[in-house]
Amino acid sequence: MSGILVVAEHDAGVFRRTAWELLGKAAALATELKTTVSAVVLGDAPAADLGSAGAARVIHVTGDFATYSTAATTAALNAVITAEKPDVVLAASATLGRDAIPRLAARLGTGVGTEVTDLRAEGGAVVGRRPLYSGKCFADVRVVRAPAFFTVRPNSFPQPTRSGAPAPVTAMAAPAASDGVTVLEKRAPSTATVDLTVADRIVSGGRSLKSKEAFDTVIRPLAASVGATVGASRAAVDAGYAGHSEQVGQTGKVVNPTLYLAMGISGAIQHLAGMRTSKVIVAVNKDPEAPIFEHATYGLVGDLFEIAPKLTAAFAAS
Amino acid sequence: MKIGVCAKFTPDTDTRIKLRPDNSGIDPTGIKWVVSPYDALAVEEALRLKEKHTGEVISFTVGGDDTAGLLKGTLLALGVGRAVLVNDPAAVGTDALGIARILAAAAKAEGLDMLLFGKQAIDGDNGQVGSMVAEILGWVQVSRVSELTVEGTQFKAVRAVDGGLKELVAGSLPAVVTADMGLNTPRFPKLPDIVKAKTKTVEVKNLAALGLTAAEVAPAVQASNFGLPPARPKGRLLTGDADQMVGELVRLLREEAKVL
Ligand SMILES: Cc1cc2nc3c(=O)[nH]c(=O)nc-3n(C[C@H](O)[C@H](O)[C@H](O)COP(=O)(O)OP(=O)(O)OC[C@H]3O[C@@H](n4cnc5c(N)ncnc54)[C@H](O)[C@@H]3O)c2cc1C
Ligand SMILES: Nc1ncnc2c1ncn2[C@@H]1O[C@H](COP(=O)(O)O)[C@@H](O)[C@H]1O
Repeated sequence: MSGILVVAEHDAGVFRRTAWELLGKAAALATELKTTVSAVVLGDAPAADLGSAGAARVIHVTGDFATYSTAATTAALNAVITAEKPDVVLAASATLGRDAIPRLAARLGTGVGTEVTDLRAEGGAVVGRRPLYSGKCFADVRVVRAPAFFTVRPNSFPQPTRSGAPAPVTAMAAPAASDGVTVLEKRAPSTATVDLTVADRIVSGGRSLKSKEAFDTVIRPLAASVGATVGASRAAVDAGYAGHSEQVGQTGKVVNPTLYLAMGISGAIQHLAGMRTSKVIVAVNKDPEAPIFEHATYGLVGDLFEIAPKLTAAFAAS
Repeated sequence: MKIGVCAKFTPDTDTRIKLRPDNSGIDPTGIKWVVSPYDALAVEEALRLKEKHTGEVISFTVGGDDTAGLLKGTLLALGVGRAVLVNDPAAVGTDALGIARILAAAAKAEGLDMLLFGKQAIDGDNGQVGSMVAEILGWVQVSRVSELTVEGTQFKAVRAVDGGLKELVAGSLPAVVTADMGLNTPRFPKLPDIVKAKTKTVEVKNLAALGLTAAEVAPAVQASNFGLPPARPKGRLLTGDADQMVGELVRLLREEAKVL
């Protein structure tokens, strides 16, 4: 093995949770495979810090990466990979992992194991385990050419302890690249909470809310009281109670939080597809036969309009 | 405008997945095949672009023997002008790059202005093929698009990026665009159009006709050891009135699940 390369993403110089998560996992895999971990950082960030979670080296591509660009990202990672020749490249399932990594894999004539939720060392190689059919089944994925790319669903691995020494950093200037796509305008999300796909806590509402006003006055405060991001069933989105970007499910966002509260959601197969890997699922539904209860860690049979305000108050107080 | 759209057929979202006895993949018996939902958005957008700017829509699908019939009842009935189907034993079991090489070869000959994809097909949930085709063709790509307009040789699109952020971007054609929810609401084919489409022809090609060899589409990614999702530990229904249930829930979340 000539090593595992982690794409360590950051927001304005603050490394994302996924960067640490991937480094921690890469370090464990590297120990088993008797190889080393390096990291690549695009743009201005404290690259040497990544040593604390096990990066033996960091390649720091200097240049302006503040606004996402497919061409610039692909070219920079291509330059690093061509120079470093890693066997395995890990990136998070986020914009870079979804948009640039496949493009780069095509450039290098190799493949991507996408959206893996687990990685293991086997037979001297890294094998991924991933959901398919929106989580209705799982399979092992192997990439038989080099480098083997894997994109990892956020929150799949714990945050590592950061006790190692700073890593040596090699700087590389960003290769010139432009694809002629210009960003004219950035539209911030209407709420300041973290995006559903990386959220650690989610409170979702369904058709049962019956109006946008009820969704806004019952679900949103409940979410706020526990520091959660708001989600919704498709029925709630189609009815206009919540936005498209808030839909959880097979044709919405696939989420992987620690805590998922389903408020008045029946638990249709397409909704479950988006949230079934949540670690703790709480369901509130007035119908004791609702399918969501088969998947709930804790079920509350009752009227959400009565339960939600009490829960909001209890969360706020705790 | 000459607009291409890549669409595949995937199990209806209602499908309960069953596995083959040897866990080598899913058991396809009894599955109802539908246009993958994001691809349906791409098809609808292609049709709208054609209606607005005049021109033609050509679809590209890699599929098997029953795919021609499916294409007639869906894409051709909806108004796609030509449907190209690549059906070749060597394409079975290939990976995203193999599919991308096939679709790129099929699309290249057509002199397209734009090629639309779903952001992901809901079987493998890869979300790779669009970006890979863009790379092979050397075109720009915009992923996860929820608004799209074309004026002359320029396009504008709203794409989703990290942190729930959306960006309005602009660029020049030809381009690859992948469709996300919110882009449009797909129309359904009308019964008379479904009947009429039965007599239309699907252009079936094999790899050789596209100048590709089986080796060029050999998969780099291999899936094995399929399994159903691990069963969740049995949950628990809380009892009592609303106040008691809420109190008990908060206690359990804190002390048992340790998530608060
Ligand atoms: C192609 C396709 C893709 C789809 N993709 C998705 C997707 O991505 N995400 C998704 O969510 N769905 C998706 N669906 C839709 C899915 O099949 C369901 O229709 C949808 O999830 C139902 O939403 P719901 O649970 O809010 O509504 P319902 O199924 O109507 O359930 C409402 C629930 O609320 C309960 N309830 C009502 N009033 C109260 C109250 N006062 N207090 C407590 N409980 C109450 C009821 O008992 C019921 O269980 C898709 C469907 C198709 C065909
Ligand atoms: N076999 C196929 N035939 C036609 N288009 C496909 C095929 N596979 C994937 N695509 C297109 O590529 C997109 C992304 O697919 P995937 O990378 O498999 O998730 C899909 O939404 C389709 O638009």
